[in-house]
Amino acid sequence: MTESAALELTPWELASIAAGLFAVDPAGCGGVALKAHAGPVRDRWLELLRGLLPASAPLRRLPLHIADGRLLGGLDLAATLKAGRPIAERGLLAESDGGVVVAAMAERLTPATAGRMAAVMDTHEVRLERDGLGMRLPTRFGVVALDEGVAEEEQVPHVLSDRLAFHLDLIPVSTREVAPPLWTAEEVSAARQRLAAVETGDEILEALCGAAVSLGIASLRVPFLALRVARAAAALDGRDTVSQEDAALAGRLVLAPRATMLPAAEEDNEEPQEQEPPPPEDTPQEEQPEQEDQDPADMDKPLEDRVLEAAKASLPAGLLAQLKMGAGSRSRSSTPGKAGALQQGNRRGRPVGTRRGELRAGARLNVIETLRAAAPWQPLRRAHALAEDPEGSRRGPRVHVRRDDFRITRFKQRTETTTIFAVDASGSAALHRLAEAKGAVELLLADCYVRRDSVGMIAFRGQGAELLLPPTRSLVRAKRSLAALPGGGGTPLAAAIDAVRELAESVQRRGDSPVAVFLTDGRANIARDGATGRAKATEDALAAARELAGRGVKTILVDTSPRPQRSAQELARALEAQYLPLPHADAASLSSAVQTATG
Amino acid sequence: MAFTFPFSAIVAQDEMKLALLISAIDQSIGGVLVFGDRGTGKSTTVRALAALLPPMEAVEKCPYGCAPDQPAGLCPSCQHLGEGETPKSHKVPVPVVDMPLGVTEDRVVGALDLERALTQGEKAFEPGLLARAHRGFLYIDEVNLLEDHLVDLLLDVAASGENVVEREGLSVRHPAKFVLIGSGNPEEGELRPQLLDRFGLSVEISTPEDLKTRVEVVRRRDEFEKDPEAFIARWQEHDAALRDKILAGRDLLPDVVVPDAALERAAQLCLSLGTDGLRGELTLIRAARALAAFDGDREVSDAHLKRVAPPALRHRLRRNPLDDAGSNVRVGRAIEELFGA
Repeated sequence: MTESAALELTPWELASIAAGLFAVDPAGCGGVALKAHAGPVRDRWLELLRGLLPASAPLRRLPLHIADGRLLGGLDLAATLKAGRPIAERGLLAESDGGVVVAAMAERLTPATAGRMAAVMDTHEVRLERDGLGMRLPTRFGVVALDEGVAEEEQVPHVLSDRLAFHLDLIPVSTREVAPPLWTAEEVSAARQRLAAVETGDEILEALCGAAVSLGIASLRVPFLALRVARAAAALDGRDTVSQEDAALAGRLVLAPRATMLPAAEEDNEEPQEQEPPPPEDTPQEEQPEQEDQDPADMDKPLEDRVLEAAKASLPAGLLAQLKMGAGSRSRSSTPGKAGALQQGNRRGRPVGTRRGELRAGARLNVIETLRAAAPWQPLRRAHALAEDPEGSRRGPRVHVRRDDFRITRFKQRTETTTIFAVDASGSAALHRLAEAKGAVELLLADCYVRRDSVGMIAFRGQGAELLLPPTRSLVRAKRSLAALPGGGGTPLAAAIDAVRELAESVQRRGDSPVAVFLTDGRANIARDGATGRAKATEDALAAARELAGRGVKTILVDTSPRPQRSAQELARALEAQYLPLPHADAASLSSAVQTATG
Repeated sequence: MAFTFPFSAIVAQDEMKLALLISAIDQSIGGVLVFGDRGTGKSTTVRALAALLPPMEAVEKCPYGCAPDQPAGLCPSCQHLGEGETPKSHKVPVPVVDMPLGVTEDRVVGALDLERALTQGEKAFEPGLLARAHRGFLYIDEVNLLEDHLVDLLLDVAASGENVVEREGLSVRHPAKFVLIGSGNPEEGELRPQLLDRFGLSVEISTPEDLKTRVEVVRRRDEFEKDPEAFIARWQEHDAALRDKILAGRDLLPDVVVPDAALERAAQLCLSLGTDGLRGELTLIRAARALAAFDGDREVSDAHLKRVAPPALRHRLRRNPLDDAGSNVRVGRAIEELFGA
């Protein structure tokens, strides 16, 4: 199609355009998810944005562990105690009205904080229902979410990123590419004036919606954001109607980064991909008769094509391959069940006494203990106050509370368990073993509402180990991922143990405790480097096992061979694992064995 | 001033809208659970419902919003009213209370009034979200991520209709009758069966697939954002008509007859699906009756049953983790068998 010059933009140019458009309509565009390392490039981009916003607009930084009181507003406790009457403080979101909130390390933002921000962005007001205060403060702001995430599971909470029009990636940009802004603050300000008058034709709307569908973007917020961006682009260009170029630009900036599938031709890589057994030599499978028609009719709309073309031009190079692998649909919910937050310490769980402490983020004041701590000192303090100010103390508070008196409730939270099944899918018994392991996974999940535990599954066969089911709590998801399982081939035990260790480490990083369950006969025949040979393979496996044991991961080894194997026992010893010979391991006994073991 | 998107302007999602409307007609149906993807308008619809509902009469200055015509209930602030004394009352909007994720227990049940404790050294009770939701709706977004101790608490209150607070040296009982509305994304975790059962109706929604509908959703949202006042004004008539329909339905509700044939049909349907307990049948009948009232019919017919059966039953099927057939399919099959295609 048309290879216009506009399609060849460097990441910096794209980011620079996005900054301009965002500055025109911060609240309308929602914001920017900025993937970048902390450094000069990111700083320059923020400076550039600052320059384009009106001088009076607040640009506030949102620290990661902001307390609700500061985020939404609440009772200013210190001032209240001093004054003896309630004094409210406005939160950061209300203070940012008309400006931009910069959320640092947004990939570690708690779902709760993100959820609160999202609610305020949706309703354009802070509804304060805290500390006996009831207030409604209107506020409109844009958000810049600074994303320094490295691993795949570190992402800006979806609830927030879904509301941010621009998803930019500045990681590949070097300092040399950084260029001055494309517009002046005056131009942006003029565009802001013009914005309300900008008209959008229906064909633009339809094209954006159509393109979003073709790119596999389910959320309806996205085409809506694209529309706002197209309008800002028109305003910035000094026009009163949205042109096709504006729509194409919006497609490129807003739609492309969220694509979960490729338009048109390669339609068929939707969800089924995840369950599909990867064929032996990794050749992509072609046949997939279901649900790929219905599109051709929609495809001959020239404008939609342009939007798609523009979007496609900026799809990252690796995306095609990724989508083929089904990674697109996986990353959509790459943190299954995690959104419930795993904050530990002084927030939730079972109260276990109190301690002296500061009223910091999330700390909960235990009023009775605080008053009790303050009680013995009352006569002394009253006398003291009287001596200082004979008039004032009579009107002053009846109870004198000092900072030292604050008592914080401590909570103990049971850490959640993530059970990782590593299933030997090699050889002839593979299919049976896999089916039973799958059954056990589902039984465990069906049973774990109360325990709030999650389950993941790794299968190993042939040349390596494969993560079939990332740790999840969702039965729906487990069923989908485990619908069809591959089997047969060699036994790469070392690779499997390594894969389990990596997964277990990531579970530990999240603050959960992993439990690994191996279903194998322990007879390795593929070494770490992929070579066949029993001796080397066993040696590698034992080495990997000792490494895993060193991580302090609780391990169970279920020996699935018809009669207990020495190899499996040796492996269990190396793993420091509990050894369970279960020759006829079926789903029910497996899940109950795991439950007793992890109990 | 913030504006609420008008209920009648919400495109598609008919099952969710219907479920909310009939639970507004008959509160005893027991709440609505909405499961679906993000960005499908779950929260928008629930918040729109708040604006749609006709205001209710409540005792002035009562923190629990007691109904003035009700004989002295549990509410501690209305209890000391003398016999025959009618309290002053005023019209208030029906509360639709948002329960945010990560809410603390003391905010939900109520706790010692911190301010008064600290400034005046007084022991006073500060009502929580449950108190504010009394006679209205309690909306929990991401209900499947709710912490367990809160779930337990909700189960107890929802079942008994009163909130008992025994903490921090306080001992308070107050009424808390509300309609529970929950929403969530099933991919992020399952809901505890006890809580699932507590919801009268369950709705599964997804983003509209059809391009025209999608365009319409975005168009209306855009119009609303551009000029909310004009947009609300344009839909005011529709909302008012819907409000009248709810009021008329509430009036009609006691007069709606459930014929024996309908009762039998409901029982047969539940039997063939093997739903646990009697709650399913009860909900099915109540929902069908509310739907009949909403439609202005004086008798529950098969058509009503057929429409409400999926939301009333789909979450009550005995689950079999190894059975892949979705509950939607199973309910659909049973309805077809019973009522004919």
